[in-house]
Amino acid sequence: MRRTLISAIFFLTVSCIIYSCQSTDRLQQDMYFVNGRDLYITHCQNCHGRNGEGLGELAPPLTDTVFLKENKERLAGFIKYGLEGPITVGGKVYDEKMPDEKNMADIDITQLIVYITNSFGNKQGMYSTEQVAADLKNYK
Amino acid sequence: MMLNPIKHLKTFSVIFFTSLALFSSCKNEDKLPIYGHREAVTVKNEDGTSRIDSVYQTIPDFRLLNQDSVYITNDKFKDKIYIADFFFTSCTSICPVMHRNMKAIYDKYKDNQDVMFLSHTIDFKYDKPAVLKKYAKKLGVYGDKWQFVYGPKEEVYNLAEKSYLTAVMEDSTNRDGYVHQGWLILIDKDRRMRGAYDGTDDQAIAKLIKDIPVLLAEYK
Repeated sequence: MRRTLISAIFFLTVSCIIYSCQSTDRLQQDMYFVNGRDLYITHCQNCHGRNGEGLGELAPPLTDTVFLKENKERLAGFIKYGLEGPITVGGKVYDEKMPDEKNMADIDITQLIVYITNSFGNKQGMYSTEQVAADLKNYK
Repeated sequence: MMLNPIKHLKTFSVIFFTSLALFSSCKNEDKLPIYGHREAVTVKNEDGTSRIDSVYQTIPDFRLLNQDSVYITNDKFKDKIYIADFFFTSCTSICPVMHRNMKAIYDKYKDNQDVMFLSHTIDFKYDKPAVLKKYAKKLGVYGDKWQFVYGPKEEVYNLAEKSYLTAVMEDSTNRDGYVHQGWLILIDKDRRMRGAYDGTDDQAIAKLIKDIPVLLAEYK
């Protein structure tokens, strides 16, 4: 009886710990998401649209979940250094210049990435500033 | 205290008619206002008498190259109402939003021959007709319902500031090189300015969409 009680308490405690860890992660992701949305409105929405729909053939949509997944490590570089030359998104070719955001801090880029990769049908979860720093280092 | 029914009837009717007058004054006007400078002139009637009439500011004659490298003049917009704006193709700030909104209106009036669109580029260095053509195509605009025009700096900037009352300028401190206001300007069939709407503001765009049929109805 005593053993059962102890193990019950033990499992309860462990699950509490796990659960609360998850919710802190989740909380941080939500924080990044909300800040990222503000950054998106200021820096991206003009061209990419409120719902990530893009603008004709001038700006690609952000609703191509496969593109965003495959290029996840390059997103930080796209944002920071801009983009020139043709890219294929959702089966369509886009060949316009995307302006750089050279003055944007890593943390802001991270928050933007969290917002974009969890909106418009994307669901990629959390991203960290360390990952962004590493992505930018490897970006060619 | 006894209420005097006759006296109160009077009070009530005063209140009733005052509020009626107030409410009806809030109703939407049937006609859009006419903007810009106006002058009173004396005109002679056919029978020799004279009367005072007001002359409104109108869009002056212009001659500009469009996206097909053809010179267009006011004749292109004869018997049309049109929406005009000033932009440039490499603009990364307000132009995409303005044209996103304008494109939605363009799509709405695609089959209406009475409505046209006119975008002037203020980038006289780079936005040659070929560039405008490419831009139009990428925006999803074909045919000549929406004209994209290029002209010498002086002519376009004068049109902007004096006729369409939109501020435009070169600005080397801005990273795009130019700054301008984002008005969408509604011009009637008599070349008069009937409305100016912030092309980046959803509410203003909604107002413009409401005003177009009102203006069209004036010519029925």
